[in-house]
Amino acid sequence: MINSVGRDIPDKVLQETGKKVFQGAYARHDEVYQKAAPKVRGVVDPKEDKILPSITEALKKCEIKDGMTLSFHHHFREGDYVVNMVMEEVHKMGIKDITICASSMGKAHDPILPMIEDGTVVGIQSSGVRGKIGWAISTGKLKNYAVMRSHGGRVRAIEEGDVHIDIAFIGAPTCDKYGNMRATGGKSDCGVLSYAYVDAQYADRVVAVTDCLVPYPNLPASISQVNVDYVVVVDEIGNPAKIATGAAKPTRDVRRLMMAEYCTQFVINTPYFKDGFSYQTGVGGASIASTISLGKIMKERGIKMGLGLGGIAGPLCQLLEDGLIEKLVDTQDFDLKAIESIKANPNHFEITASEYANPMNKGAYVNQLDFVILASLEVDVNFNCNVVVGSDGMVTGAQGGHPDTSAGAKCTIVIVPLLQGRIPAICTNVTTVTTPGETVDVVITDYGIAINPRRQDLIDIMKDVKLPFKTMEELRDIAYSIAGEPDPVEFGERVVGIIESRDGTVIDVVREIKQFEM
Amino acid sequence: MNPNLKRLRRSMMFLNVQKPGLIKDPYIYKPDSIMLDLEDAVAENQKDAARYSLYHALQEIDYRGVERVVRINGLDTPHWQEDIRCCVAGGCDSIRIAKTERAADVHLVEEYVAAAEQEFGRPEGSVLLMAALESTRGVLNALEICESSSRLFGVALSGGDYTKDLQTRITGTGVELAGARQHMVIAARAAGVQCFDTVFTNLDDMEGFVREVEMIKLMGFDGKSLVNPRQIEPTHKVFTPTEKDIIFAEKVVREIDEKKAMGIGVFTVDGKMIDIAFYDGAKRTIDLAKASGVYEGDL
Amino acid sequence: MEVKGTAMAGTLESSDAQVTVEPGTNGIELSVESSVLNQYGRKIRQTVLDTLARLEVANAKVTVVDKGALDCTLKARVEGAVFRSNGITENLPWGGAIK
Repeated sequence: MINSVGRDIPDKVLQETGKKVFQGAYARHDEVYQKAAPKVRGVVDPKEDKILPSITEALKKCEIKDGMTLSFHHHFREGDYVVNMVMEEVHKMGIKDITICASSMGKAHDPILPMIEDGTVVGIQSSGVRGKIGWAISTGKLKNYAVMRSHGGRVRAIEEGDVHIDIAFIGAPTCDKYGNMRATGGKSDCGVLSYAYVDAQYADRVVAVTDCLVPYPNLPASISQVNVDYVVVVDEIGNPAKIATGAAKPTRDVRRLMMAEYCTQFVINTPYFKDGFSYQTGVGGASIASTISLGKIMKERGIKMGLGLGGIAGPLCQLLEDGLIEKLVDTQDFDLKAIESIKANPNHFEITASEYANPMNKGAYVNQLDFVILASLEVDVNFNCNVVVGSDGMVTGAQGGHPDTSAGAKCTIVIVPLLQGRIPAICTNVTTVTTPGETVDVVITDYGIAINPRRQDLIDIMKDVKLPFKTMEELRDIAYSIAGEPDPVEFGERVVGIIESRDGTVIDVVREIKQFEM
Repeated sequence: MNPNLKRLRRSMMFLNVQKPGLIKDPYIYKPDSIMLDLEDAVAENQKDAARYSLYHALQEIDYRGVERVVRINGLDTPHWQEDIRCCVAGGCDSIRIAKTERAADVHLVEEYVAAAEQEFGRPEGSVLLMAALESTRGVLNALEICESSSRLFGVALSGGDYTKDLQTRITGTGVELAGARQHMVIAARAAGVQCFDTVFTNLDDMEGFVREVEMIKLMGFDGKSLVNPRQIEPTHKVFTPTEKDIIFAEKVVREIDEKKAMGIGVFTVDGKMIDIAFYDGAKRTIDLAKASGVYEGDL
Repeated sequence: MEVKGTAMAGTLESSDAQVTVEPGTNGIELSVESSVLNQYGRKIRQTVLDTLARLEVANAKVTVVDKGALDCTLKARVEGAVFRSNGITENLPWGGAIK
């Protein structure tokens, strides 16, 4: 069945999963539903000791069985040890047919590959899959469909009951004996536990895994004791050097600085750029450079940012310190400065992933965004974005908050160089749709800026602004005239992954890669 | 006259022809000219390979109006003749002659360029020349070099080799280059051609770079050789007239025209004493503003 | 032209291609390895064959290790390797066989 972004979703996939096809970014607005609920084990007896001596003990106490769904967060990014630690024990116990429901996965989880190959793990649900897991999915080694969701989409799926988590394992930088978890004050700080909150609320069993047991009560808690069954203390839950990388820096590359400057100039010429505006940006060098130059103009014009949202890195924290941002609202910390900031600055707040981006609650923070600055692997002439499938057909990136922020923001800007090596980033049809074009307003490349024709209002406003405006078709034609028109990546028949839209419908599928033959 | 002769050349950026990643789209940084280097950047055993890259780049890449200057190998090497055939056939706009010491060097190159224009069917005179002065003798002979050919649009100082010949080194103070710079600007102006300053290689010292560009602009240079895209915007900023400069220049031009008709020779504009000698400079400011794309007036 | 000996041109840097030619007896035996094989594998093959045809090379073993080179670079590297295998470095047919 063809969905509203023109992708053909095989009926077989729809039948097997019970999912519907994507009908538009706002199709489910006003829809009413009954929230799902977990089974809860009542801890009445005050003598119960939640601390268990090992992960294996925790798995046994949680009655781990074949076929269960286990969940994890990715606040430790490439420095995470928790997924591998837990899965190693699961594997040793001979448990099979496990579905991993992680908020995201990375190269740190390459050790999971043998468990996919031997049937321990049959399903992966994640925002992103990189490295060997991505390869395993693309080469058809995973038994069930991989389901890729955005941050908001994952929360929705859990709250609506599309996904039922049997056991949630939550890596906690600090935890007390009764399960109150915080993301700072330990030796593997990650700043916030935003993604894990929904797991704690909706999983049947919840296990805190910490390398820093602290005195009770560990308050204010990101995750409350009332949602936690057991606590396991281990030596290390992650590698601090990879959890919080060195300071995110602005690019020095002239081409990216040019694009950053286009972005800043575009932003300041929109009517949304006024005192109290809300803004989200990524951690790419160009996004950071643009944020810094925007900060200079904000200072000159006496304009303050009312809300800085999302994944937070040093530069935004600096603007907060300089008094140019009123409040930073945080769902993930990327560098040490961000972690220090949330510890020390009273105007830097943690929110849950649901508050951040769940489309089906009563209104998430993304809906209040004026601007979001994003990147993308590919954007097509209809402004659809691909952030997940590489130019070689491999699953390689992550949806993250891309579709969520794009749908919510008044002005969604995607910065992308026209060519990545020889590959045109601006193309006729993206390899895989992850973010629908109706939510993307502006694309900024080194060769020019395209405004979505749906935004006649922005086109009118920019009429007298001296920026190099072009249509997407013109940009694509320039890319093809330089690099040659690329052949579309060829795939096999078998569907190996589902790109789920934030509202639970299927926006595209990923097929098995095919060996290239001349 | 070749229309490219007096084109805007505030920034002339060197590029290594053997680096496909760099020569495929340098226009994105908007330099006025690029200097595709077959000489110092290319290893001796790659001189042949560089030519094929150069030929196809010139033929197939649309450089969007940026001037394509090719720096050929020195006349003391076995490469320069084939270099000329290659870049003239490829369609280059100009050729930079390294280590020019006397007018005869220019004449020799001109002879081969003319022959190549004929061999490859290019209009006679379509390829311009510039001379790099890299030695004491070259600098001393600046005037005869500047006057040597109608194809020669300008001369450039090559500070590194020149200071070695002078038996000193680049100090950052400019004192070692002062004599050469002054001499070349004087010669270039006397001959009516353009003059370009040497490269600044310390990319971490942007402040020092800008100071140097400001200084050479005051000395009368038309532009500067650059080694990195980061240097382009600061250079243009220095060489582009400010709004204030433009407004003043417009006033001067209008007032001079007006006062001339009234028979008045000397008067003040914005408190400055102006006479007819200021006319050409003011017009040049407006022309520079036009060429830089910042002029919105009607003069 | 013939390929008289083994010769190579180009590097493995990004946007470049390394082309090696060796004498052959069985037409053009071409092997292509590329960082952009899926999207440009066929174009790369065509460009290499066309360039060899223009140079009138009928027999050769040709190996291309491509790192996302544009057509103009591929042509240049094929020509570089072929002319090198003949020891030719001047009086080249610019605009003729080299186009």
